[in-house]
Amino acid sequence: MGNVKAMCGGLIGKKLGMTGLFSSDGKYIPVTVVQVGPCVVTQVKTMASDGYNALQLGFSEQKRSRINKPRQGHLKKSGEGCFAFLQEFSVENPGEYTLGQTIESDIFKIGERVNAVGTTKGRGFAGVIKRHGFHGGKKTHGSHSHRIPGSIGCSAWPAKVIKGKKMPGHYGNERKTTQNLEIIDIRPEENLIMLKGAVSGSRSGLVAIKKTKFAR
Amino acid sequence: MHTIKQIEKEMMRLDLPAFAAGDTVKVHVKIKEGEKERIQAFQGVVISKRKGTTNATFIVRKVSYGIGVERIFPLHSPIIDKIEVITHGRVRRSKIYYLRNLKGKAARIKERRFR
Repeated sequence: MGNVKAMCGGLIGKKLGMTGLFSSDGKYIPVTVVQVGPCVVTQVKTMASDGYNALQLGFSEQKRSRINKPRQGHLKKSGEGCFAFLQEFSVENPGEYTLGQTIESDIFKIGERVNAVGTTKGRGFAGVIKRHGFHGGKKTHGSHSHRIPGSIGCSAWPAKVIKGKKMPGHYGNERKTTQNLEIIDIRPEENLIMLKGAVSGSRSGLVAIKKTKFAR
Repeated sequence: MHTIKQIEKEMMRLDLPAFAAGDTVKVHVKIKEGEKERIQAFQGVVISKRKGTTNATFIVRKVSYGIGVERIFPLHSPIIDKIEVITHGRVRRSKIYYLRNLKGKAARIKERRFR
């Protein structure tokens, strides 16, 4: 790869929402609009010093007073910018990057496949129908088991509930990767990237766009 | 949200004429056959319009050789070459699905005259 910037493993972004676009042949494509970057290199990790090659990127500029002192000290090394979010991305040649360098959406190209990592919407303590897609019981005909899970196991043998049984509990608010999303459009001047399909998380949620290791 | 609205605005077609349910329209559709592109017209009565930004649609109904044919068009689709409004119809509701159960003389729609 000739382009130096093309090797950075990904970027941090903000999900702006979903909409639909028409392709030139009239197909309606659902897209998620993500504002990616511009991200600033806040730390360069190398094999010699850290045992692996990576870039730490900062995203979403913030007031200095909102950031705690240890992080302020860390960010001072890469310049004046203070960032709300820091995240690492693997990189092949960390020597090609310098602290304070800005990385923008031009590391991606239209038609490329990427992975998007987001945090799903929190649903709180959810029942089995919402959480696991159980069908539930009868709604009428004298039934009282409308949304309950039903039997959770056998009797004297094995005399316990098997591990991993799907039960009610906390649902959502977890890190989810959506793989193999096609990039439909990139607008470098607005730092926008449009991915085909849905990405986990609410609007204005943090999303990491990563290059795929195994493009399908 | 502002950015999304902007993107949608760019996608929307503002060159199409205003029409409503009850109007008879002629929709010129681009059809691709291999390399060649030609234009086919579909003429009928608009029986519904679904609102929306880029996902707005409308349904055109016509009776072809005694058989009712309905086609749903995405309003902002680039495959629509142009829309001609042939007549404005006078109907009292925005979704005239009752037309599906009528035929012959009963399925006529009075023309709306502008004074």
